Amino acid sequence: MQISTRRKDKTTIFDLSGDIDFANSPVVRDSVLREIRESRTPCVVVNLSQVRYMDSSGVASLVEGLKASRDLGSRFILVGLTRSTREVLQLSRLIKVFEVYDNEEQAMTS
Amino acid sequence: MDRGGLLLMLALYSNPKWLSVVRGTVERLTETLGFPIAQCRSITRAVDEALTNIVRHSYGNRLDQPIAMYFRRAQRRHDGQVQQGLEILLCDRGPAIDPCKLQGRPLDEIRPGGLGLHFIRQAVDTVEFTRKGPTNRLRLVKYLAQGSSVL
Repeated sequence: MQISTRRKDKTTIFDLSGDIDFANSPVVRDSVLREIRESRTPCVVVNLSQVRYMDSSGVASLVEGLKASRDLGSRFILVGLTRSTREVLQLSRLIKVFEVYDNEEQAMTS
Repeated sequence: MDRGGLLLMLALYSNPKWLSVVRGTVERLTETLGFPIAQCRSITRAVDEALTNIVRHSYGNRLDQPIAMYFRRAQRRHDGQVQQGLEILLCDRGPAIDPCKLQGRPLDEIRPGGLGLHFIRQAVDTVEFTRKGPTNRLRLVKYLAQGSSVL
């Protein structure tokens, strides 16, 4: 699993790739929460287009990111959902609580 | 040789780095047995979540504790027809688990955690937890659509 962070205008973008499971979701969680709290940008985008697999701990990390963003008055957006990530978000019925767009461009212009 | 329908055995330590290895194995096994692709993914997810629960809750995140997995052919009569499937038995030597804690949480709550059991129950037809001597045994069974057969 790899995670990288970039800034575009007033948006923080996380690019995640690989498998997000219990072995590495704590790293995802800590990286996302730290960056959200330090950067305090009005918009946070998580790009999941290169994520092959995500388990319940990965979903929990995204929920924590959403809550941290809401606490700071920021938007928290998911883009590029793969079949696997969309499935777990649908199964958990949490997909409806996230802002979801097909890709980064759509999210940036929304 | 066919020992009671045994297809595969795995023995591993409770280090989360092996989760991806097990996922790869289960995905290939279920594909080989003829499960539809969506069910291969959901069964794999169920096993991954079950193993994660063992590592977290049974072994308290210790990395060096034993886990054994047995994959066997399963069979049942359903609507007058024989239905074949896959039984997965996960065994650990952690403390006895209170079955009341194996219920999962309501899905209408928006909070992290508690989703693994829901993913497991969604994926398989049978979820049974038993304690036998010093061993926790989680038995998962998924049946193929009628008319399909396990290799």
